[in-house]
Amino acid sequence: MVATYDAKTDYKVIGSTPIRHDGMDKVTGRAIFGADVKAPGLIWGDLLRSPHAHARIKSIDTSTAEAMDGVFAVLTHADFPQADDKSIDAGEGTVNLRRGQTNVMADGKVHYKGHVVAAVAATDRNTAREAARLIKVDYEVLPAISDVDTAMAAGAPAILDGLVGDHLGQKVENTNVARVFRHEFGDVDDAFANSDLVIERTVSMSMVHQGYIEPHNATAIWAQDGNLTVWSSTQGSFGVRSQTAGLLHIPESKIKVNYVEIGGGFGGKTVAYLAPVAALLSRKSGGRPVKLVMDRQSVFEASGPAPGGKIRMKIGVNKDGKITAADTDLILEAGGYPGSAVGAAATCVFACYNLPSSRITGYDVLVNKPKSAAYRAPGSPQASFAIETVIDEICDACGFDKIQFRLDNAAHEGTRRGDGVQFARVGLEECLTAAKESDHWNSPLGDAPAGKSRGRGLATAYWMNGGGKSTCDLMLQDDGTVMMNEGSADIGGTRTSIAMQAAEVLGIPVEDFHPSIPDTDSIGFTGVTGGSRTTYTTGMAAYNAAHKLITELQHRVADLWETEVDNVSFADGTFSANGDSIGIQNLAGKLDPTGGPATATASVNLAEAGNAYGVHICDVEVDLATGKTDVVRYTAIQDVGKAVHPQYAEGQIQGGAAQGIGWALNEEYFINSAGEMANRSFLDYRMPTPLDLPMIDTIMVEVPNPLHPYGVRGVGEVPICPPLSAATQAVKNAVGKPFYELPVKPGRILEAQNGI
Amino acid sequence: MHPFAYVAPGTIDEAVAVLNEHGDRARPMAGGTDLIVKARANAWELDAVVDIKNIPELMSLSDNGDGLSIGAGVPCYQVYGNSDIAAGYPGIIDGASIIGGIQIQSRAGLGGNLCNAAPSADGICPLIVHSAVAKITNASGTREVAVEDFCTGPSQTVLNTGDLLVSIEVPKPAANSGAAYTRFTPRNEMDIAVAGVGVMVVLDSSGQNFESARIALSAVGPTPILASAAGDSLAGKPVNDETIAAAAALARDAASPITDMRGTVEQRKQLVEVLTGRMINKAVERARG
Repeated sequence: MVATYDAKTDYKVIGSTPIRHDGMDKVTGRAIFGADVKAPGLIWGDLLRSPHAHARIKSIDTSTAEAMDGVFAVLTHADFPQADDKSIDAGEGTVNLRRGQTNVMADGKVHYKGHVVAAVAATDRNTAREAARLIKVDYEVLPAISDVDTAMAAGAPAILDGLVGDHLGQKVENTNVARVFRHEFGDVDDAFANSDLVIERTVSMSMVHQGYIEPHNATAIWAQDGNLTVWSSTQGSFGVRSQTAGLLHIPESKIKVNYVEIGGGFGGKTVAYLAPVAALLSRKSGGRPVKLVMDRQSVFEASGPAPGGKIRMKIGVNKDGKITAADTDLILEAGGYPGSAVGAAATCVFACYNLPSSRITGYDVLVNKPKSAAYRAPGSPQASFAIETVIDEICDACGFDKIQFRLDNAAHEGTRRGDGVQFARVGLEECLTAAKESDHWNSPLGDAPAGKSRGRGLATAYWMNGGGKSTCDLMLQDDGTVMMNEGSADIGGTRTSIAMQAAEVLGIPVEDFHPSIPDTDSIGFTGVTGGSRTTYTTGMAAYNAAHKLITELQHRVADLWETEVDNVSFADGTFSANGDSIGIQNLAGKLDPTGGPATATASVNLAEAGNAYGVHICDVEVDLATGKTDVVRYTAIQDVGKAVHPQYAEGQIQGGAAQGIGWALNEEYFINSAGEMANRSFLDYRMPTPLDLPMIDTIMVEVPNPLHPYGVRGVGEVPICPPLSAATQAVKNAVGKPFYELPVKPGRILEAQNGI
Repeated sequence: MHPFAYVAPGTIDEAVAVLNEHGDRARPMAGGTDLIVKARANAWELDAVVDIKNIPELMSLSDNGDGLSIGAGVPCYQVYGNSDIAAGYPGIIDGASIIGGIQIQSRAGLGGNLCNAAPSADGICPLIVHSAVAKITNASGTREVAVEDFCTGPSQTVLNTGDLLVSIEVPKPAANSGAAYTRFTPRNEMDIAVAGVGVMVVLDSSGQNFESARIALSAVGPTPILASAAGDSLAGKPVNDETIAAAAALARDAASPITDMRGTVEQRKQLVEVLTGRMINKAVERARG
């Protein structure tokens, strides 16, 4: 049984826009990020990475590196203990410990270029780097498999030794397809046979990277008493703890992970690539602190991007504008090890539509590219691109209004998602209605200058959001301020959005809160900042802790005033009993006779989250002679449940849209014939800059989430999904040609125009 | 990164002596925005880095009436930040102002851009169409090389061991002339040319006919390319869509691009034709004042 709440409207703190508590430190450069960590006696590590995308390691000779002056330790996979062959939760996906261990350091075989083969610790960074270059590795180079078609072709060499694929329940050996699964209901084939129109297309896309500014880093001290201390840029310190413990086969209780500020993650910082290696280097260096920091090339080549792949999409429709059936094959690149986001893609792919029948078949396919990781609504952007491309063609073919058609087929309360889950109250219809009424949708495109053409696209998307475990502690200080500990890494201002929820309960200004994110020894378990779970879930812990604190304070007031606790009421930050009243911040300094400090802690484990929908409208202007696309107007409409801090919610929507626009128009892993990512720098990996984006207008629709006391829904992820199709359909509208392959880069637009 | 000696001599002679001592394991450094990146990536293994920014001749920027002299170490911002130069040489400014972002332009200069010899260099084509000359010195004397002959391949130049680029000499533009440069990039800043075109035109006094023209192409061959046939085709011709289109088609023929992550052969050839037409028109506009 899940508790539900009635919507409130009369908030004091929720819905306001206070300055974030960490703002001053971040803008003045005082905030401590992972690469800033210093410790007495610190030495540096460096990693030797594979120059080949696919190869067997015949031998590794570390002797010259070990003999170099200044080198403390050289590490290969042989230094790792045997890890258990089991999977653990990494927040947004799972990590198989044995495979995770060979992903952080190759064991006999390299699966992608940049795969770590050995590590060195030395007096300084340059010495470590030079020593790593002295390690001699003898490779037997194997053909690189760079796409899902090659990986799935009969006779393709298997990338992962010993992989047994699960293909619809059948065990299959010697395969690159780790998993095939299906969700199906209704008679899909019969529905297609009886449809007025059926359109089937196959779309494809390349891997893309989250592009966080801060590279991965870790510093570790493995002390002689066996206790391991880690600092690492991560979306969740407890995830680093569990992965490091699992990969090193030591108890989690031996590890303390300290929180450091994080310079972006977007799902990519849920995997502990460096902490286990830094830990082993520290142990082998006599317990010295060892620091590892990736460079940008390694971030691109060897941390987890979002999968590329292919999606076949078939949709049937009747003349009355109702969808009859939908069928899709989602074929996503896992990278060098199993575990793409295809499961989440299957959850999201049909979630915008109320379908009478559907079939979803997912394929998790290994290729010689980095092991994919979560990226903002993992799997949903690709899925949204596929379905919205076909929906747009259906609307064009039948003359349906693109918003009305979506309204006529929209998922709503009671709709079953393609994987069977039934929706509670959701806000897609409200978002579509807001889009229909928006200034953007009702404004003409405007005239393009000579030689250019304008077009408009619209797309919807879905993300289920996350719940899980979180902890929050509140400590009322004598001066009436509140110390707050919570366990969520703060990526988007969540210290403040969490504190605001406790502040609303307590009637204390949020400016009087001092939020901290302590180490893993000092706060109850809290899952990663991911899945759009943090403001919802950790916020719920803060809400519960605040109510516990009120209850505690009611007892204290009863003590002070020598009355029964039942006589003490609390409203608007004031305790009252028998005609007396006292404000909570005044009360704070008077607690000593009642038992001293007042504290409260709350942990939650939320099974459900409430769902997020977005509808985006994109106008582009295309230079027909060069294929250059400029986004000239953009509006993102989203059901945010309740915007706790509207500026942060809007910032999430704008940031997601910016990343999705980049994914649509220019970003890609450009893989050359050797299986290497050729564009492994920010110069050639073309993320949009501020000059490439218009102001992204937002319309926040608030359909309260019945699972949260303030109606909060996660907001951070769904906004990256609609732009892939919205921008692509806008280009299609501008140039009159459809596009089935991402990115819709200038060269592809010229090709479509001129047949070149 | 291989450890290297950092040397910052105050005179050309001292700099040349260090370069001679270390041969190809020493490099002059102006802004360092290419050199340090290459050294860190171990693309260059250097024993000595010779910082030229303490050598007065290499840091001087002057317009003496007969032309412009740009010291090899002068950063881009000084070039485009000088209002006289900006007014007199707008085609050079077109290139200097789009090399990297503000931070890069504060260190990087046209001399380094030339010596780095990237096919995609934005600074080189404008110099070529201006008929600029590179002044090179070594232990035995000084010589001058036309900028279009300076680059011999990707990252390859006419500089030999012990050679030091002192300055780039740009002759004063003829009356009724105009120059312009642009590049195509998918993004609006912080990007690298898929193709680039520089144009210089000299018109007759009526402003209706071309007397001469020079057209140079970037990122469509192993070096920046002087498209002589394209430029020469305009000499003596009236300024009209037909003559401009014909020159643009010849520029397309002069391009010999490859397909890579930045673009395809066909895309680049088309871009050269389109951008050449646009830049001829822009240069004509500037020539007419």
